Amino acid sequence: MEMKEEQEKQQPERSESNRIFPQKRSRLSQILAAILVNALYEMRNYPIVLINTVLSPLSFLALIFFVSRGTLIKEAIEGGFIMSMFGAGTSLQSDLSHLKNDFKLQDMVVSSPTSWQIYLMGMAISELVYSLPALIVLGILEAYYVQMSAFALLGFIAVLLMMFLTSIDIGYTFATFSSDIVQSFAFSRLISTLFSTIPPVYYPITYIPNPYRYLAYLSPTTYSAQLAQNLGGSISLPFESIAIDWIILIAVTATLFLIASRKARWREI
Amino acid sequence: MIEESIQTLSCDHLTKIYGNSKRKALDSVTFSIPSSGIFVLIGRNGSGKTTLARILAVELEPTSGKATISGIDVVKEPLKLREKIAIVPQEARAVPWMTPMQTISSYLLWRGYGYGEAKRKAYEALERLELGGSANALTRTLSGGNRRKVLVATVLASEAEIIFLDEPTTGLDPISRKEFWDLLKKIARERFTFLTTHYLEEAEALADEIGVLDHGRLVRMGSLDQLRQSVSYNYSMKIPLYPKPPLPKLAKGEIMEGREGYRILTVEDEAFSIARDLSKGGYRFTVNPVSLDDIFFYLVNREGEKTNGNERGARETTTREERE
Repeated sequence: MEMKEEQEKQQPERSESNRIFPQKRSRLSQILAAILVNALYEMRNYPIVLINTVLSPLSFLALIFFVSRGTLIKEAIEGGFIMSMFGAGTSLQSDLSHLKNDFKLQDMVVSSPTSWQIYLMGMAISELVYSLPALIVLGILEAYYVQMSAFALLGFIAVLLMMFLTSIDIGYTFATFSSDIVQSFAFSRLISTLFSTIPPVYYPITYIPNPYRYLAYLSPTTYSAQLAQNLGGSISLPFESIAIDWIILIAVTATLFLIASRKARWREI
Repeated sequence: MIEESIQTLSCDHLTKIYGNSKRKALDSVTFSIPSSGIFVLIGRNGSGKTTLARILAVELEPTSGKATISGIDVVKEPLKLREKIAIVPQEARAVPWMTPMQTISSYLLWRGYGYGEAKRKAYEALERLELGGSANALTRTLSGGNRRKVLVATVLASEAEIIFLDEPTTGLDPISRKEFWDLLKKIARERFTFLTTHYLEEAEALADEIGVLDHGRLVRMGSLDQLRQSVSYNYSMKIPLYPKPPLPKLAKGEIMEGREGYRILTVEDEAFSIARDLSKGGYRFTVNPVSLDDIFFYLVNREGEKTNGNERGARETTTREERE
């Protein structure tokens, strides 16, 4: 009996305070750690990054607004949302690579009780948190210019969520291949150009001449933008097109997830 | 008694080959040491120190062989082991946009602590390392030594029983390094510290047990005294290559030629006799009791001879004993 009491006394304080759902609490702590390190501390200690976060998706929006004399404002706002979501994956790729290769922070986390799934989830959410200022501004513009129905809004959120998952998969997969900052930036620019600058994210696909239009369909962002523009009422897609767009988006996300989970190594070989 | 027997770190023919490389980064490393105090792994750059530390810290999978820490299999039970270990990797840097307090507390969150508890423990660790005053300063504003201290405080604040520090003092000035040693001695009173370094004086100052690694092979293992005994000479002389000195014929001892000059390991009488002769000729030299640096040089030189399949090795080595 005495021995048992002695053993209990020797237990670390952590187990004392984590008596209720210790697993759940520790996972939440692990997710919170990534959000703090990769978003909140950076935003708090370097407030200048907040301006950059807002400006990046809004700059294209402003460009499209001025060039189209305001006629493509709806498409540009929806494009801004998609760009923000997709940007999360691009940022994730460079942030993961940066924390792993330059600070060796990921190595420290690998040797801790955190699993790769929880680390990735925390880092992915941190990218969303980082995008929040832009999303808030876009949300205000969306409410003013687009005014979706509740049903359309749900569909729009689903499209954005799918875009977010796709971009996270792409970001994580590319992060596993980059071993230094130069490679990381190269991948980052490549992803950004291929998936968010060239495809018709901020304007309808009909603006692209026909032979080149097929190239745009190689990017998952094209399908997201089409669905978003349809939900926002700026284009009208037949049911079959909507179904095909969703199937392609889900298939791409699932495929990339499989590649990411197979290729990525938490413990190196 | 049983508890004591499992408090060991053991490697059994641990081998690592990276990718398609033909070279073994670790070559059948086998040893067993008690997991207490400070174990220092010494070796030249590329000798396999980091590879071994990373395998034991569950960051890297070995190609073959087995390793256990306190009875837990490094390869098969990584999750169990991760509760007990923490590492400060080679070239790790404190994130510059965070404060020491934020750095440590976020690491503790990753280890599963609650937010309040992580903050409290972070503050305690910083106070202990006399960094309390800089707790809320951005790490980029701290000195190099203090930035390293923050990383050590990070693992120190955790509950980890075994701490791996991979070349933690590289790049520090001599005074900061000595301060760092005092800190490591304090840590080692509570936790087993596995340290890699290529600073031999660091091993000499800190180690309870030393492992000498060369080209992925464990050349020697033991306490500093045991390593000293592995060399049967007690004095070391260093003579510059130029002006070329007359090399003595040794009754007992070894002459090794390195880039910086000749190194003679010998016994006391002979050392003083050579010193007299060199003084007369006006040659420069130093005479000191055999240090870990000499032992390392000697062991690595011997290993080189074995690897090259040449009795005399790549460097010119002569011994009267061998000649006779």
